[in-house]
Amino acid sequence: MKALIVDDSRAMRMILARTLKELGFDTVEALHGGDALEQIAVCGPFDLAIVDWNMPEMDGLEFVRRVRGTHCADSMRIVMVTTESEAERVAAALSAGADEYVMKPFTKDALSSKLEIIGLALP
Amino acid sequence: MSIQTADFDYVRTLLRERAAIVLEPGKEYLVEARLLPVARSFGCEGLGDLVRRLRFGGEAPLVTRVVEAMTTNETSWFRDLHPFDALATMVIPDTIRVRAGEKRLRMWCGAASSGQEPYTVLMVLAEKFPELAGWNIEFLATDISSEMVAKCNAGRYSQLEMNRGMPTPLLLKYFERDGLDWKVRDELRKRVTFRTMNLAAPWPSLGTLDVVFLRNVMIYFDVPTKRSILAGIRRVLRPGGWLFLGSAESTLGLDDGFERVTEGKAVVYRNRKD
Repeated sequence: MKALIVDDSRAMRMILARTLKELGFDTVEALHGGDALEQIAVCGPFDLAIVDWNMPEMDGLEFVRRVRGTHCADSMRIVMVTTESEAERVAAALSAGADEYVMKPFTKDALSSKLEIIGLALP
Repeated sequence: MSIQTADFDYVRTLLRERAAIVLEPGKEYLVEARLLPVARSFGCEGLGDLVRRLRFGGEAPLVTRVVEAMTTNETSWFRDLHPFDALATMVIPDTIRVRAGEKRLRMWCGAASSGQEPYTVLMVLAEKFPELAGWNIEFLATDISSEMVAKCNAGRYSQLEMNRGMPTPLLLKYFERDGLDWKVRDELRKRVTFRTMNLAAPWPSLGTLDVVFLRNVMIYFDVPTKRSILAGIRRVLRPGGWLFLGSAESTLGLDDGFERVTEGKAVVYRNRKD
Protein backbone atom coordinates (compact mmCIF):
# COMPACT_ATOMS: atom_id res chain seq x y z
CA MET A 1 0.00 0.00 0.00
CA LYS A 2 1.12 3.54 -0.74
CA ALA A 3 1.11 6.40 1.74
CA LEU A 4 1.65 10.12 1.12
CA ILE A 5 3.24 12.02 4.00
CA VAL A 6 2.41 15.73 3.97
CA ASP A 7 4.39 17.72 6.52
CA ASP A 8 6.69 20.73 6.31
CA SER A 9 8.96 19.40 9.08
CA ARG A 10 11.75 17.20 7.72
CA ALA A 11 12.17 15.53 11.11
CA MET A 12 8.45 14.73 11.29
CA ARG A 13 8.45 13.34 7.74
CA MET A 14 11.34 11.07 8.67
CA ILE A 15 9.58 9.80 11.81
CA LEU A 16 6.35 9.20 9.90
CA ALA A 17 8.16 7.51 6.99
CA ARG A 18 9.94 5.16 9.36
CA THR A 19 6.75 4.37 11.26
CA LEU A 20 4.70 3.79 8.12
CA LYS A 21 7.40 1.59 6.59
CA GLU A 22 7.34 -0.51 9.76
CA LEU A 23 3.58 -0.78 9.30
CA GLY A 24 4.08 -2.03 5.73
CA PHE A 25 3.57 1.09 3.61
CA ASP A 26 5.65 2.49 0.74
CA THR A 27 5.88 6.22 1.30
CA VAL A 28 6.17 9.41 -0.75
CA GLU A 29 6.75 12.78 0.92
CA ALA A 30 5.30 16.21 0.24
CA LEU A 31 6.22 19.54 1.87
CA HIS A 32 2.76 21.13 1.93
CA GLY A 33 -0.76 20.75 0.60
CA GLY A 34 0.02 22.10 -2.88
CA ASP A 35 3.00 19.80 -3.23
CA ALA A 36 0.81 16.89 -2.09
CA LEU A 37 -1.83 17.64 -4.77
CA GLU A 38 0.95 17.56 -7.38
CA GLN A 39 2.19 14.23 -6.06
CA ILE A 40 -1.34 12.82 -6.38
CA ALA A 41 -1.57 14.16 -9.96
CA VAL A 42 1.78 12.55 -10.84
CA CYS A 43 1.62 9.28 -8.88
CA GLY A 44 -2.13 8.69 -8.89
CA PRO A 45 -4.17 8.35 -5.71
CA PHE A 46 -2.52 6.91 -2.63
CA ASP A 47 -4.16 4.48 -0.22
CA LEU A 48 -3.43 6.84 2.65
CA ALA A 49 -2.42 10.45 3.24
CA ILE A 50 -0.97 11.49 6.60
CA VAL A 51 -1.40 15.24 6.80
CA ASP A 52 -0.11 17.92 9.16
CA TRP A 53 -2.34 20.95 9.80
CA ASN A 54 -0.01 23.95 9.86
CA MET A 55 2.08 24.18 6.70
CA PRO A 56 3.15 27.03 4.39
CA GLU A 57 1.41 27.66 1.03
CA MET A 58 -1.48 25.24 1.62
CA ASP A 59 -2.35 23.95 5.06
CA GLY A 60 -3.66 20.50 5.87
CA LEU A 61 -7.30 21.49 6.24
CA GLU A 62 -7.33 23.18 2.83
CA PHE A 63 -5.63 20.12 1.33
CA VAL A 64 -8.37 17.86 2.74
CA ARG A 65 -11.08 20.18 1.39
CA ARG A 66 -9.46 20.25 -2.08
CA VAL A 67 -9.07 16.47 -2.23
CA ARG A 68 -12.63 15.84 -1.13
CA GLY A 69 -14.04 18.76 -3.16
CA THR A 70 -12.36 17.83 -6.45
CA HIS A 71 -12.79 14.06 -5.98
CA CYS A 72 -9.22 13.63 -7.22
CA ALA A 73 -8.59 10.78 -4.78
CA ASP A 74 -11.90 9.65 -3.31
CA SER A 75 -10.64 6.25 -2.21
CA MET A 76 -7.64 7.75 -0.38
CA ARG A 77 -8.04 7.67 3.39
CA ILE A 78 -6.84 10.84 5.10
CA VAL A 79 -5.47 10.93 8.63
CA MET A 80 -4.53 14.28 10.13
CA VAL A 81 -1.52 14.07 12.44
CA THR A 82 -1.15 17.43 14.13
CA THR A 83 -0.54 19.39 17.30
CA GLU A 84 -3.96 21.03 16.87
CA SER A 85 -6.07 19.41 19.57
CA GLU A 86 -9.01 21.72 20.30
CA ALA A 87 -12.30 19.87 19.90
CA GLU A 88 -13.53 22.46 17.37
CA ARG A 89 -10.44 21.90 15.22
CA VAL A 90 -10.79 18.14 15.37
CA ALA A 91 -14.46 18.44 14.38
CA ALA A 92 -13.56 20.82 11.51
CA ALA A 93 -11.06 18.32 10.11
CA LEU A 94 -13.61 15.48 10.19
CA SER A 95 -16.31 17.58 8.57
CA ALA A 96 -13.85 18.63 5.85
CA GLY A 97 -13.43 14.96 5.03
CA ALA A 98 -10.53 13.62 7.12
CA ASP A 99 -11.15 10.00 8.09
CA GLU A 100 -9.22 10.04 11.35
CA TYR A 101 -7.29 12.40 13.57
CA VAL A 102 -4.12 11.80 15.59
CA MET A 103 -2.87 14.36 18.09
CA LYS A 104 0.88 14.81 18.45
CA PRO A 105 2.74 13.39 20.27
CA PHE A 106 1.79 9.96 19.02
CA THR A 107 3.26 6.47 19.13
CA LYS A 108 3.51 3.79 16.48
CA ASP A 109 0.80 1.69 18.15
CA ALA A 110 -1.52 4.71 18.32
CA LEU A 111 -1.11 5.41 14.60
CA SER A 112 -1.52 1.72 13.88
CA SER A 113 -4.74 1.59 15.91
CA LYS A 114 -6.13 4.56 13.99
CA LEU A 115 -5.31 2.88 10.66
CA GLU A 116 -7.10 -0.23 11.90
CA ILE A 117 -10.19 1.86 12.67
CA ILE A 118 -10.34 3.08 9.06
CA GLY A 119 -9.70 -0.39 7.65
CA LEU A 120 -6.05 0.07 6.67
CA ALA A 121 -4.45 -2.45 9.02
CA LEU A 122 -1.93 -4.66 7.28
CA PRO A 123 -1.49 -8.30 8.31
CA MET B 1 2.81 -10.53 44.51
CA SER B 2 4.33 -7.29 45.92
CA ILE B 3 7.72 -6.18 44.68
CA GLN B 4 10.58 -5.58 47.14
CA THR B 5 11.95 -2.04 47.33
CA ALA B 6 15.44 -3.09 46.19
CA ASP B 7 13.97 -4.94 43.21
CA PHE B 8 11.79 -1.95 42.31
CA ASP B 9 14.87 0.29 42.47
CA TYR B 10 16.74 -2.09 40.20
CA VAL B 11 13.94 -2.00 37.61
CA ARG B 12 13.82 1.81 37.86
CA THR B 13 17.55 2.06 37.18
CA LEU B 14 17.34 -0.41 34.30
CA LEU B 15 14.54 1.57 32.68
CA ARG B 16 16.36 4.86 33.13
CA GLU B 17 19.51 3.45 31.56
CA ARG B 18 17.91 1.48 28.75
CA ALA B 19 14.87 3.53 27.81
CA ALA B 20 15.44 6.92 29.48
CA ILE B 21 12.21 6.38 31.32
CA VAL B 22 11.86 7.77 34.80
CA LEU B 23 9.68 5.67 37.03
CA GLU B 24 8.66 7.55 40.15
CA PRO B 25 8.46 5.85 43.55
CA GLY B 26 4.85 4.81 44.07
CA LYS B 27 4.68 3.07 40.68
CA GLU B 28 5.36 -0.33 42.20
CA TYR B 29 1.88 -1.47 41.14
CA LEU B 30 2.75 -0.69 37.52
CA VAL B 31 5.95 -2.75 37.68
CA GLU B 32 4.00 -5.61 39.25
CA ALA B 33 1.22 -5.44 36.66
CA ARG B 34 3.55 -5.26 33.68
CA LEU B 35 6.32 -7.63 34.76
CA LEU B 36 4.41 -10.52 36.32
CA PRO B 37 3.36 -11.87 32.89
CA VAL B 38 6.99 -11.50 31.73
CA ALA B 39 8.18 -13.39 34.83
CA ARG B 40 5.74 -16.20 34.12
CA SER B 41 6.62 -16.45 30.43
CA PHE B 42 10.32 -16.74 31.33
CA GLY B 43 9.59 -19.42 33.92
CA CYS B 44 10.49 -17.24 36.92
CA GLU B 45 8.99 -17.95 40.34
CA GLY B 46 7.95 -14.33 40.76
CA LEU B 47 9.22 -10.79 40.48
CA GLY B 48 12.08 -11.43 42.93
CA ASP B 49 13.29 -14.28 40.76
CA LEU B 50 12.94 -12.17 37.62
CA VAL B 51 15.04 -9.34 39.05
CA ARG B 52 17.64 -11.86 40.28
CA ARG B 53 17.98 -13.14 36.72
CA LEU B 54 18.25 -9.59 35.42
CA ARG B 55 20.95 -8.77 37.98
CA PHE B 56 23.10 -11.83 37.56
CA GLY B 57 22.24 -13.24 34.15
CA GLY B 58 21.38 -10.11 32.23
CA GLU B 59 20.08 -12.24 29.33
CA ALA B 60 19.41 -9.91 26.40
CA PRO B 61 15.95 -11.29 25.49
CA LEU B 62 14.81 -10.96 29.09
CA VAL B 63 16.11 -7.40 29.40
CA THR B 64 14.42 -6.48 26.12
CA ARG B 65 11.11 -7.97 27.21
CA VAL B 66 11.22 -6.16 30.54
CA VAL B 67 11.91 -2.81 28.89
CA GLU B 68 9.19 -3.40 26.29
CA ALA B 69 6.68 -4.46 28.92
CA MET B 70 7.35 -1.31 30.92
CA THR B 71 7.29 1.07 27.97
CA THR B 72 4.42 -0.30 25.90
CA ASN B 73 1.09 0.75 27.23
CA GLU B 74 -1.15 -2.10 26.19
CA THR B 75 -4.30 -0.41 27.32
CA SER B 76 -6.32 1.10 24.54
CA TRP B 77 -9.84 2.01 23.56
CA PHE B 78 -11.63 -0.79 21.66
CA ARG B 79 -8.66 -3.04 22.43
CA ASP B 80 -8.53 -5.88 19.86
CA LEU B 81 -11.71 -4.45 18.22
CA HIS B 82 -13.36 -7.83 17.56
CA PRO B 83 -14.69 -8.52 21.09
CA PHE B 84 -16.60 -5.24 20.90
CA ASP B 85 -18.06 -6.30 17.54
CA ALA B 86 -19.19 -9.55 19.18
CA LEU B 87 -20.64 -7.57 22.07
CA ALA B 88 -22.72 -5.53 19.61
CA THR B 89 -23.75 -8.31 17.23
CA MET B 90 -24.34 -11.23 19.59
CA VAL B 91 -23.95 -10.69 23.34
CA ILE B 92 -26.08 -7.62 23.93
CA PRO B 93 -28.86 -8.64 21.47
CA ASP B 94 -29.02 -12.05 23.22
CA THR B 95 -29.09 -10.41 26.64
CA ILE B 96 -31.84 -8.00 25.54
CA ARG B 97 -33.94 -11.01 24.45
CA VAL B 98 -33.39 -12.84 27.74
CA ARG B 99 -33.93 -9.79 29.96
CA ALA B 100 -36.76 -8.18 27.96
CA GLY B 101 -39.23 -8.89 30.78
CA GLU B 102 -37.46 -7.15 33.63
CA LYS B 103 -35.48 -4.73 31.40
CA ARG B 104 -32.42 -5.14 33.57
CA LEU B 105 -28.82 -5.62 32.44
CA ARG B 106 -26.00 -6.35 34.90
CA MET B 107 -22.35 -6.33 33.84
CA TRP B 108 -19.00 -6.56 35.57
CA CYS B 109 -15.57 -5.62 34.29
CA GLY B 110 -13.07 -7.31 36.60
CA ALA B 111 -9.85 -5.74 35.31
CA ALA B 112 -10.78 -2.13 34.65
CA SER B 113 -7.15 -0.93 34.63
CA SER B 114 -7.27 2.76 33.69
CA GLY B 115 -10.90 2.56 32.53
CA GLN B 116 -10.65 2.31 28.75
CA GLU B 117 -12.48 -1.02 28.61
CA PRO B 118 -15.56 -0.13 30.69
CA TYR B 119 -15.91 3.22 28.94
CA THR B 120 -15.58 1.48 25.55
CA VAL B 121 -18.38 -0.93 26.55
CA LEU B 122 -20.57 2.02 27.51
CA MET B 123 -19.89 3.75 24.18
CA VAL B 124 -20.87 0.57 22.30
CA LEU B 125 -24.12 0.40 24.28
CA ALA B 126 -24.89 4.08 23.73
CA GLU B 127 -24.06 3.97 20.02
CA LYS B 128 -25.71 0.69 19.04
CA PHE B 129 -28.55 0.10 21.48
CA PRO B 130 -30.81 3.13 21.88
CA GLU B 131 -33.53 0.68 22.95
CA LEU B 132 -31.68 0.23 26.25
CA ALA B 133 -32.54 3.81 27.21
CA GLY B 134 -35.35 2.77 29.56
CA TRP B 135 -33.46 -0.18 31.06
CA ASN B 136 -31.98 -0.50 34.50
CA ILE B 137 -28.30 -1.00 33.66
CA GLU B 138 -25.89 -1.81 36.47
CA PHE B 139 -22.24 -1.80 35.47
CA LEU B 140 -19.55 -2.49 38.06
CA ALA B 141 -15.89 -2.12 37.08
CA THR B 142 -13.17 -3.20 39.49
CA ASP B 143 -9.41 -3.21 39.67
CA ILE B 144 -6.92 -4.34 42.28
CA SER B 145 -5.19 -0.96 42.29
CA SER B 146 -6.78 1.98 44.12
CA GLU B 147 -4.70 4.32 41.92
CA MET B 148 -6.29 2.79 38.83
CA VAL B 149 -9.77 3.06 40.36
CA ALA B 150 -9.11 6.75 41.10
CA LYS B 151 -8.02 7.26 37.49
CA CYS B 152 -11.14 5.47 36.24
CA ASN B 153 -13.34 7.67 38.40
CA ALA B 154 -11.61 10.82 37.22
CA GLY B 155 -12.15 9.68 33.62
CA ARG B 156 -9.32 11.93 32.51
CA TYR B 157 -6.93 10.90 29.73
CA SER B 158 -3.92 12.45 28.01
CA GLN B 159 -3.83 13.03 24.28
CA LEU B 160 -1.40 10.14 24.03
CA GLU B 161 -3.96 7.87 25.68
CA MET B 162 -6.81 9.21 23.55
CA ASN B 163 -4.91 8.49 20.34
CA ARG B 164 -4.73 4.83 21.14
CA GLY B 165 -7.70 3.20 19.42
CA MET B 166 -10.30 5.91 19.98
CA PRO B 167 -12.40 6.62 16.88
CA THR B 168 -12.38 10.41 16.56
CA PRO B 169 -16.17 10.83 16.15
CA LEU B 170 -16.63 9.08 19.52
CA LEU B 171 -13.91 11.26 21.08
CA LEU B 172 -15.88 14.35 20.11
CA LYS B 173 -19.18 12.87 21.28
CA TYR B 174 -18.27 11.40 24.66
CA PHE B 175 -15.27 13.46 25.84
CA GLU B 176 -14.55 17.11 26.51
CA ARG B 177 -11.28 18.97 26.66
CA ASP B 178 -9.96 19.66 30.15
CA GLY B 179 -6.71 21.60 29.91
CA LEU B 180 -4.40 19.45 27.81
CA ASP B 181 -6.37 16.30 28.67
CA TRP B 182 -9.72 14.89 27.67
CA LYS B 183 -12.40 13.99 30.18
CA VAL B 184 -15.24 11.51 29.89
CA ARG B 185 -18.54 13.37 29.81
CA ASP B 186 -20.66 12.92 32.93
CA GLU B 187 -23.50 11.26 31.02
CA LEU B 188 -21.18 8.32 30.31
CA ARG B 189 -19.22 8.38 33.56
CA LYS B 190 -22.28 8.11 35.79
CA ARG B 191 -23.30 4.83 34.12
CA VAL B 192 -20.47 2.84 35.72
CA THR B 193 -19.38 2.28 39.32
CA PHE B 194 -15.68 1.75 39.99
CA ARG B 195 -14.40 -0.11 43.04
CA THR B 196 -11.25 -1.89 44.16
CA MET B 197 -11.38 -5.67 44.20
CA ASN B 198 -8.72 -8.36 44.39
CA LEU B 199 -9.67 -11.27 42.15
CA ALA B 200 -7.39 -13.59 44.10
CA ALA B 201 -9.04 -12.81 47.48
CA PRO B 202 -12.59 -13.72 48.60
CA TRP B 203 -15.06 -11.77 46.44
CA PRO B 204 -17.72 -9.37 47.68
CA SER B 205 -21.30 -10.12 46.66
CA LEU B 206 -21.75 -9.37 42.96
CA GLY B 207 -25.33 -10.55 42.52
CA THR B 208 -26.32 -12.29 39.28
CA LEU B 209 -24.58 -11.02 36.17
CA ASP B 210 -25.38 -11.15 32.45
CA VAL B 211 -21.96 -10.22 31.05
CA VAL B 212 -18.48 -10.40 32.56
CA PHE B 213 -15.33 -8.86 31.09
CA LEU B 214 -12.14 -10.32 32.45
CA ARG B 215 -9.70 -9.59 29.69
CA ASN B 216 -5.93 -9.82 29.95
CA VAL B 217 -5.78 -10.41 33.67
CA MET B 218 -5.79 -14.21 33.95
CA ILE B 219 -2.21 -14.16 32.63
CA TYR B 220 -1.13 -12.80 36.01
CA PHE B 221 -2.31 -15.87 37.90
CA ASP B 222 -1.17 -19.44 38.40
CA VAL B 223 -3.39 -22.35 37.35
CA PRO B 224 -5.15 -22.98 40.71
CA THR B 225 -6.01 -19.26 40.97
CA LYS B 226 -7.28 -19.21 37.37
CA ARG B 227 -9.52 -22.20 38.15
CA SER B 228 -10.83 -20.58 41.28
CA ILE B 229 -11.58 -17.31 39.42
CA LEU B 230 -13.41 -19.11 36.60
CA ALA B 231 -15.44 -21.11 39.15
CA GLY B 232 -16.27 -17.82 40.87
CA ILE B 233 -17.45 -16.34 37.59
CA ARG B 234 -19.72 -19.31 36.92
CA ARG B 235 -21.32 -18.78 40.32
CA VAL B 236 -22.20 -15.13 39.59
CA LEU B 237 -22.94 -15.44 35.86
CA ARG B 238 -26.50 -16.47 35.05
CA PRO B 239 -26.87 -19.68 33.00
CA GLY B 240 -26.35 -18.62 29.38
CA GLY B 241 -24.51 -15.48 30.49
CA TRP B 242 -21.38 -14.30 28.67
CA LEU B 243 -17.69 -14.06 29.59
CA PHE B 244 -15.05 -12.13 27.63
CA LEU B 245 -11.41 -13.15 28.12
CA GLY B 246 -8.25 -11.71 26.54
CA SER B 247 -7.23 -12.97 23.10
CA ALA B 248 -4.41 -15.05 24.63
CA GLU B 249 -6.63 -16.49 27.35
CA SER B 250 -9.05 -19.41 27.40
CA THR B 251 -11.10 -21.57 29.75
CA LEU B 252 -9.66 -24.64 27.98
CA GLY B 253 -8.18 -27.14 30.42
CA LEU B 254 -9.21 -24.95 33.34
CA ASP B 255 -13.00 -25.08 33.54
CA ASP B 256 -15.41 -27.07 31.35
CA GLY B 257 -18.45 -25.16 32.58
CA PHE B 258 -18.08 -22.70 29.72
CA GLU B 259 -19.04 -23.13 26.08
CA ARG B 260 -16.66 -21.53 23.57
CA VAL B 261 -18.64 -19.46 21.05
CA THR B 262 -17.06 -17.86 17.97
CA GLU B 263 -18.64 -14.68 16.64
CA GLY B 264 -16.84 -13.11 13.69
CA LYS B 265 -13.19 -12.92 14.71
CA ALA B 266 -13.92 -12.99 18.43
CA VAL B 267 -14.27 -15.83 20.90
CA VAL B 268 -16.73 -15.45 23.77
CA TYR B 269 -17.43 -17.93 26.58
CA ARG B 270 -20.94 -18.83 27.64
CA ASN B 271 -21.93 -20.23 31.00
CA ARG B 272 -23.47 -23.59 30.17
CA LYS B 273 -27.16 -23.78 30.93
CA ASP B 274 -27.12 -27.34 32.32
